[in-house]
Amino acid sequence: MAEQHDIVLQLKGLTKRFGEFVANDHIDLELRKGEVLALLGENGAGKSTLMNMVFGLYQPEEGEIWVKGQQLTMDTPSVAIEHGIGMVHQHFKLVPPFTVTENIILGMETKKGLRLDKKSAAARIQELSDMYKLNLKPHARIDSISVGMQQRVEIMKILYRGADILIFDEPTAVLTPQEISELLGIFRKLTKEGKSIIVITHKLKEIMEAADRCTVIRRGKVIDTLIVKDTTPQQLAERMVGHNVKLTVDKEDAKPAETMLHVQDIWAKDDSGHDMLKGLSFEVKAGEIVGIAGVDGNGQTELVEAISGMRPTQKGKIQLGSDELTNRNPRDVSEIGVGHIPQDRHKHGLVLDFTIEENSVLKSYFKSPWTKNGIIQSDIIKEETERYVKDYDIRTPGTGVLARSLSGGNQQKIIIAREIERKPRLLIAAQPTRGLDVGAISFVHKQLIAERDAGKGVLLVSFELEEIMNVADRILVIFNGQIVGETTPKQTNEQELGLMMAGKLERGFAHV
Amino acid sequence: MSKMKGLVTRLRQESVWISLLSIVIGLIIGAIVMLVSGYDPLLAYQSLVEKIVGNSYDFGETLRAVVPLIMTGLAVAVAFRAGLFNIGVEGQIVMGSIGALLVGHFVSLPPVIHGIVAMIVGTLVGGLWGMLVAWLKTSRGINEVISCIMLNWCALYISHIVIRTLMEESGTGRSKLIQESASIQLDSLSAWMDGARIHWGFAIAIIAVIGYSFFMNKTKWGYEIRAVGSNRHAAHYAGMKVNSTVLRAFFISGMLGGMVGTFEVLGVFKYVAIAPATSGLGFDGIAVALLGMNTAIGIFFSAILFGALMYGAQGMSFGADVPGEVVRMIISIIIFFTAAPGLLRMFFKLRTRKGRKGANANGNDSVSS
Repeated sequence: MAEQHDIVLQLKGLTKRFGEFVANDHIDLELRKGEVLALLGENGAGKSTLMNMVFGLYQPEEGEIWVKGQQLTMDTPSVAIEHGIGMVHQHFKLVPPFTVTENIILGMETKKGLRLDKKSAAARIQELSDMYKLNLKPHARIDSISVGMQQRVEIMKILYRGADILIFDEPTAVLTPQEISELLGIFRKLTKEGKSIIVITHKLKEIMEAADRCTVIRRGKVIDTLIVKDTTPQQLAERMVGHNVKLTVDKEDAKPAETMLHVQDIWAKDDSGHDMLKGLSFEVKAGEIVGIAGVDGNGQTELVEAISGMRPTQKGKIQLGSDELTNRNPRDVSEIGVGHIPQDRHKHGLVLDFTIEENSVLKSYFKSPWTKNGIIQSDIIKEETERYVKDYDIRTPGTGVLARSLSGGNQQKIIIAREIERKPRLLIAAQPTRGLDVGAISFVHKQLIAERDAGKGVLLVSFELEEIMNVADRILVIFNGQIVGETTPKQTNEQELGLMMAGKLERGFAHV
Repeated sequence: MSKMKGLVTRLRQESVWISLLSIVIGLIIGAIVMLVSGYDPLLAYQSLVEKIVGNSYDFGETLRAVVPLIMTGLAVAVAFRAGLFNIGVEGQIVMGSIGALLVGHFVSLPPVIHGIVAMIVGTLVGGLWGMLVAWLKTSRGINEVISCIMLNWCALYISHIVIRTLMEESGTGRSKLIQESASIQLDSLSAWMDGARIHWGFAIAIIAVIGYSFFMNKTKWGYEIRAVGSNRHAAHYAGMKVNSTVLRAFFISGMLGGMVGTFEVLGVFKYVAIAPATSGLGFDGIAVALLGMNTAIGIFFSAILFGALMYGAQGMSFGADVPGEVVRMIISIIIFFTAAPGLLRMFFKLRTRKGRKGANANGNDSVSS
């Protein structure tokens, strides 16, 4: 034991099994006071299981949990909370129509007689918010504040309960680059005040930026614990996946041919009726990857949905080659030759309670050979799905299991297999690597490049600048519903792109 | 990873296990209540069983009670699978019975054909009545639960108007009888079962169970209904016409309900009564679908269970003087525990933890990062 450090949390030989599957295999880990410890591992490595045990959501079969020198049995989260452990989950647990204060005090309301004492709670929240520079407005409603702010409400929730060990499960997955850097700032503020933080993540860049130490988990076992300032992203990635990985993408120069997708002056609204696309125009040629860079909420979602037929446009024209796509329904668009890897794989990409087989024909189930005379041909579908599983390296015990039971990366591979195997002329990939680990990301990128090399047009929409810079041949910057700049990865850098994305710099447009 | 399959199958088994456990707990709590209230539970359950299978008449009548529950269970399940709650099977039954009654009474056709035509008409009327709910939902955004409940009453009062203006058997509070040619009663089987009212519906219900399973799992339309019910956003993304699928599901659901109405008119009563309320068969269908987890086989068995319990309740009140409501209570307890499986899990998790160190993975656990 390292005596010179004040250890606030120590795990000894923690083991958790699901049936015969060993999710955590004798995990040892220690968290020191005032540090940020990153917990790095691929999807399915066992990070969340481990933290759920620390937080009392799961019970370990073996091993001990020591908090501040005291051995504890974490039966329920309330034991963890009582001993100063708080967890910010990946999916927030907030009541949207309630105010910030109401959400924070939920479950531990202070009462004045029979009435809720919201005033003193709000004052306490304000005080804590000032202390950690969270900028919270105690009386704002949750449904009126941004995702980044909602996350801070979650942080406040645990601070308010007096936590000094904070666990974050993939905290940056839902944030914009701006919000990410603010969150990392909050981490620093928290540790300076003596709080200790564990961050579950697979984003190397953030670990390098914010963490002091990094514990790497692979297949339920601790592989190594590294001092972040003495290591490199390359080394972390190798530890995580267990073999050499390339963080950059190999590709030849693009050989753009004829125009594939033609988008001209389109206008579209979001669900609440605000104009989100305001006369947007661009082209995608066969054999090139066009990257749409931009901060979330500048019309990317609406653009992708307008092209794929899921959202009506008020004005403008969309064409694929000589085929009209404007305001066609999703079935027509898909049959004309558009593949679409949607931004939200759980909401749109998959029916989670369908099997892999059922999901792999989600877009072509109605056609021969999948259906004959209205009867689904399960044997043929099974055979085809088995081929996808092999060709796309989908790790699953079988094709008959529910999509829900697979890890995010394998779920995404089902979608990619389905969309590519339909042989589209244009492939739209919206945030195709969101939430995926290094290995899966590089797989997805390779597939996109292979499609390009096969002469397809590829439209890549991403909030990750790194991805755009690595994969795209041509970059378009979207801001406030319009394309405000055009460049290529060779002509620009992340700083310049960042400025363009913030609407502070316009470039290109030679062709318009 | 290969262990995950085991996990999935175990989950499946767990739900079956919960259903069986709920039944046992329902019967035990029923017994306790009877005991506390001064009745003899053993005698009560004995009379219950005797009433169900005691003689061929009662056995036949038990089957008669099971048939509509199978159908309404399936009706509710079809809508459930499309992500909708059809609490309007009641009204669809009434409309089906009126359709069958009109054809059965006013139209003259040869035997067998008359029955078939009356059944088809009643079934279609029920289907259209069900589709009305879906149409209100898809075109006007009206919550199906609200419109279902309102339309149940509309259907009931429409049936009153139709009977009173066209075909009231004066002084009896019911309609005139259907023509004998429209009967779908199986006379030979009925006679063999000492007059129990056995009708074609029994065979149709069995076909419907098999058909439901095939339709849901093997056909394009079933696939669409399940996709829409499970994730309508993904269904839209995949190019399915969500609204048409909802309409179709409710039409099928309504047809199954309507068919129950035709069975009751053409096979059992031969008339429609001017009743102050609907039969309750549609509501019972919700319970059947719930306990049967919307699967064909599950619905089949839970309909048999509920049908037998309800019919057998008469025996309980006769043989052990226990009010028939006790059976309703047992059924409610069964539903309660099936609908809230967490209660059972909690109970048994506590038990296992006491038994040996470390509780096993429960249904909520999943293998994730």
